[in-house]
Formats: sequence, C-alpha cells, structure tokens
Amino acid sequence: MTALCLLLGATASLGAGLGLLRLPDLLTRMHAATKPQAVGLLLVLIAVGIHFPSASVITTLVLVMALQLVTVPIAAHMVGRAAYRTGQVARDRLYQDDLNAALEPQED
Amino acid sequence: MSELPPFSLRIGRRVVQLPLVVWLVAIWQLMWDRISIANLLSGLAVALALVLVFPFPPLDPGLRLHPLGLVRFFARFAADLLRSAGPLTWQAFGSADRDVVSSVVGVTLRTRSDLILTAMAIALSAVPGTLVVDVRRGTSTLFLHVLGADHDAAVAKARQDVLKLETRVVRAFGTREDLRAISEETP
Repeated sequence: MTALCLLLGATASLGAGLGLLRLPDLLTRMHAATKPQAVGLLLVLIAVGIHFPSASVITTLVLVMALQLVTVPIAAHMVGRAAYRTGQVARDRLYQDDLNAALEPQED
Repeated sequence: MSELPPFSLRIGRRVVQLPLVVWLVAIWQLMWDRISIANLLSGLAVALALVLVFPFPPLDPGLRLHPLGLVRFFARFAADLLRSAGPLTWQAFGSADRDVVSSVVGVTLRTRSDLILTAMAIALSAVPGTLVVDVRRGTSTLFLHVLGADHDAAVAKARQDVLKLETRVVRAFGTREDLRAISEETP
C-alpha cells in the first residue's frame, strides 16, 4: 500500500513536470502545475502516514495537506490573473473568452 | 468608531479577532506536534503579534456546517482530485494534443458570500480541466479556464458543472440565506 501510493504519487508529480514542458501555452501549463502536483504530494503524504502511523506525524501531514490545498488555487489564480492582464495568454487558443468581454469596459 | 465584529477586542488602535487568534494558536500546536503550556503561550504570543502587525479584514461570519452536506462535498472533492490527475498525466506523457483549444468561461454564482466564493475557488482547483483565472467579488463571478472546451455544448456543460458544485458547497457550508438563493434559482 505504501509502495503503491509512493509510486502513484511520484508518477503524478512526474506528469506535472512533463506537462509543464510539453503543453502549449501558459494556462494549459498551469493545469499541469496545479493538479497532478497536488495529487502527487497528497499520495506521497498518505504513503508517509501509512508508514509512520503516529499522531505527531499525522497531524503534521494533515497540516501540510491542508495548506497545500488552500494555497495552490490562490497561487494559480494570481499567476493566471497577472498573465491574462499582461497579454501572455494566447487568445487564438481560446474558443470562447468571457473575461476579455468583462474587462473591456474598464479599459477606456 | 466603527462597530466591532463579534468575538473581538480592541488593543490600541487595532481590532483583534479572537477566532483568528484561536485558529493560529491551533496551527502552532500542530506544527510543534504536541500541546504544552510552553507551546500554548508561545503560540499565543506569535498569533497576537501576527494579527497586530498584519491587520485582517473582518471575518465573514456566514459559515454553517451541515454534516450530511459536508460528507457529500468532501467525498466528491476527493474523487475529483484523484480523477483530475489522470487525464493530464496521460496528456503530458504521450498524446499531448498541441493544438488543444480551450475557453475562458465566466460563471456568476447564485450566492453573494465571500466564504462560498472562496470555498468554490478551492473546490474548483480539484475539478479536472478547470482553473480559476480571475474572480470578480462584487458579482461573485468566477472566470475559469476550461481545458479542451472548443464547442458551445462543452462550455454550457462546464457552466452547469460549476453551478452543481455551488449547490454542493452551499449544502455543506451555506447559511440559510445561501440555501434560499440556491433553491430559488434551481428549477
């Protein structure tokens, strides 16, 4: 069980890294940077928890996990917002873009 | 002088919100792995210093916990989280479609609550293929990057999924007012 979690977690993290390299633009890369990365860390933490089942280890793991889940979306949001507003987003890769329409009236 | 939020006191010109202090002390205990008098006192000192140096806007008291809704929400959250890693990892390893076209979809929530908005943003980060790009707080609008949404049906589905998630979030954390907002606009 420990080995399985570790292996899956490591694979997910590797996927996150590869996704960063291979996906075409910033926003799709951010998908790779946030999701498999969080899942990978989570699985590794679960493996650690199974291997060292003591209260002091598990409370720390829960803390790491909770902070990870809460801060990743905020970081991703800040990067996305900054990228969008400085024109780093490839607009031709968007089929529909509600944000552009929502921002326009403020620009003049 | 402005009204103090509940459970808070004034130290000098700063308002200290006690729930925030309690929360910070609890985290401090977790970090030191055990509860002791020394940890409690040092935690209290650090928490007070933090809230005095970095004043925090008044906390939104609109949090209720509904046990059944909570269980349902967290079960779905965990499932989404595990599911979200799969396709992306697969895409990264081999079949990366380099011309994938996505959409930025704006979804206006039915509730007007900072708390629900925050919970939504965090929960959405677990949903496969969606990413919060921007948030408009005044209208509770979330702007999401939806991976691979290259036709109208996919955009509509993403929008509907977000509203369903909102229903789950409100059934787990919402106040009575939020619940009413949900049921009014759901056919």
